[in-house]
Amino acid sequence: MSIQPPDKNWFRAPEGAEKMWIGIALVWCFAMSLMMPYWHFRGKQNARGETYAVSADDFWERTEIFVKDNQVGEIDGVPVVEPAPGSDAYLASRMWYWYPILKLRQGESYRIHMSSLDINHGFSLQPLNINFQVLPGYDHVITMTPTTTGEFAIVCNEFCGIGHDRMIGKIIVE
Amino acid sequence: MSTSHTSSCSLDAPGAEARTCATTGLRVCLTAQQFIKLNAVAAIVFLLLGGIAAILLALTRWQAVHLLPVDWFYRILTFHGLNMLIFWILFFEVAVLYFTATTLLKSRLFSKGVAWVSFLMMLTGAVMTNIVILQGKADVMMTSYLPLLAHPLFYLGIILVAVGTLIAVFNFFATLYIAKRDKTYEGSLPLVTYGAMAAAVIAVIPLLHGAIVMVPTFTYSLGLTPEPDPMWYRMIWWGLGHMSQQVNVAAMVAIWYLIAYLAVGAKPLNETVCRGAFVLYILFINLAAAHHLLVDPGVSPAWKIWNTSYAMYLAVLASMIHAFTVPASVEVAMREKGHSRGIFGWIAGLPWRNPAFSAAVLSLLIFGFVGGITGVTLGTQQINIIAHNTLRIPGHFHATVVGGTTLAFMGLTYYVIPLIFRRDFIWRGLARAQPWLFGGGILLVSFGMSFAGSLGVARRVHDIEYAGVYGPAAHFFLGLLGIGAIIAVFALLLFVVLCVGTVLFGAKLGERPMTDWGAAEKTFDAPPAGSLAHAHWAMKGTMALTSVFLLSFVVYYFANWKALADVWPVQ
Repeated sequence: MSIQPPDKNWFRAPEGAEKMWIGIALVWCFAMSLMMPYWHFRGKQNARGETYAVSADDFWERTEIFVKDNQVGEIDGVPVVEPAPGSDAYLASRMWYWYPILKLRQGESYRIHMSSLDINHGFSLQPLNINFQVLPGYDHVITMTPTTTGEFAIVCNEFCGIGHDRMIGKIIVE
Repeated sequence: MSTSHTSSCSLDAPGAEARTCATTGLRVCLTAQQFIKLNAVAAIVFLLLGGIAAILLALTRWQAVHLLPVDWFYRILTFHGLNMLIFWILFFEVAVLYFTATTLLKSRLFSKGVAWVSFLMMLTGAVMTNIVILQGKADVMMTSYLPLLAHPLFYLGIILVAVGTLIAVFNFFATLYIAKRDKTYEGSLPLVTYGAMAAAVIAVIPLLHGAIVMVPTFTYSLGLTPEPDPMWYRMIWWGLGHMSQQVNVAAMVAIWYLIAYLAVGAKPLNETVCRGAFVLYILFINLAAAHHLLVDPGVSPAWKIWNTSYAMYLAVLASMIHAFTVPASVEVAMREKGHSRGIFGWIAGLPWRNPAFSAAVLSLLIFGFVGGITGVTLGTQQINIIAHNTLRIPGHFHATVVGGTTLAFMGLTYYVIPLIFRRDFIWRGLARAQPWLFGGGILLVSFGMSFAGSLGVARRVHDIEYAGVYGPAAHFFLGLLGIGAIIAVFALLLFVVLCVGTVLFGAKLGERPMTDWGAAEKTFDAPPAGSLAHAHWAMKGTMALTSVFLLSFVVYYFANWKALADVWPVQ
């Protein structure tokens, strides 16, 4: 009985169907555990968490240099920047915008550095639905290889105050 | 009267401040009864506040309605999270702890004074936090990620609730100690008390994390100490935020066993297996805080994989074990009562009109099939890339914490009020319908959120139109969320009206037993009791149901790997 103390000799091994279920469940748990290291080595989508410490001022300075060296245009006052394939790109976030607009080439890889200049923000690339966390003081490097072309919105998906829903950035892939 | 100076804390001791329950024959400690009442009433008040907030939020996310202005949306979202996830659940859990440690062990509560200190601290903290939020001085969400900063009293309120709860947990353990010392019961703890003890052990760790993260944040908000690191804050905060949900899981499972016993007379097939599963929770569930840091900077893949798998998913194994043992114990009890036709014949004989029972069944199904499967999948390190901070996350936890924990707590309340407040429920027909309405509504909420999230809609966003990327499908699912919330909040209000109406106006029971909600009955040709005690393959229906469950799990899990493989390569 669940609400009375059990019989004195309650300690015994599982039997029958119960034992079988525990075995099946354990195998499934191990299978799920192994999927993650497998994907880490063989899969193409991983959150490696490559990170460097950076101050907000330093990150802003690097972003400014990156924009100055690679700017190819401007949309609504925001610079459009095209990094060389395989190179480092910088994406700064602050209340309530992403800076700059990145222009990438299909099939090429880029090391995109993300950091926040003030509080937590969320990098959410739509409509693809790729999501990473962006923190102040942390230079979070994501190596990204666009495989589809078009214009993609960067939605902020970490609450960052009253203008949070208007914090929309852009990545263009050609 | 003689003043018998007995040192025993047994409720059977002469002079014990206790009464005998007219329904169950169990002894009830009057001090514990008083604090079960106080904590249950406070819990239901906070549930009501959180429910009012819920409908305002859902009708704002439903873009066609878009009710609240932007500042009030974030304010009410902060309010909703804290009232539902922290206040309602913690107050109810304290009531459960006091019940399982006293009545089931035939022991008095360790200390009335400690219970008062705990209750008043928790109440003060909860009221303080709510006032600060509604004044607009803490629009920081429940998580209050630094460097976002709230008014100092917001943090102080949360610290008071956490410490007050820790004090109640201490009172629980002290009661277990004096009961053991005075031998108020023989042998081992009853399974339900054992489950509550597991919940209490697990509770200590998150509550300590809460103190570790909130105290320096509080002193920082006062300008006394430097700003804590934002990543450190996230890691320690989730030591509070996620681990406290595992307290709810353990408490909910204990309630499943309790209601299965009350409504069907089910007893565990193998106490070792059930208790072992609770031990797995204690040992491994605390790693789950890492689920929130899967796409964060600063933590390595090895750290993420080890922690998010709860060390090879041994805590998931525990839930999968309960998912078998609870229905199997019910099925075997039903077959012993003579409901033995075919694989599923026993299901027809279950007491479906008993709202506690239907609530427990729905809680188990929603928690397992929706909450559990989505939780493990979203908490897979790489799959989190296509889920983090989207509406898929609240879609998951509304199935675990609301469809699972809250519904189980509601079910238990259909026994708590007649047995502890000693009044029969008013409007019994509506009470029988309430769990179905609430469960159905919350399922729609969960589906709406999960599918909208799969289409990329973020959580915690007032307006999705600025992004310009969400089409009619996303809007349809946000509408589904809205409709589900209307049904669920209606059922929540019905629950509150039923409870408050019963406590104030229900027929007083006095020394009469409660009017039974309905229990499983024996058929005329039932085999003798205990005839299936050694039939280890008798639970055919449970085997079929758990096979369907495992199949759904596998399909959903690998479908998500496929969805992940379809997005851009990211490293």
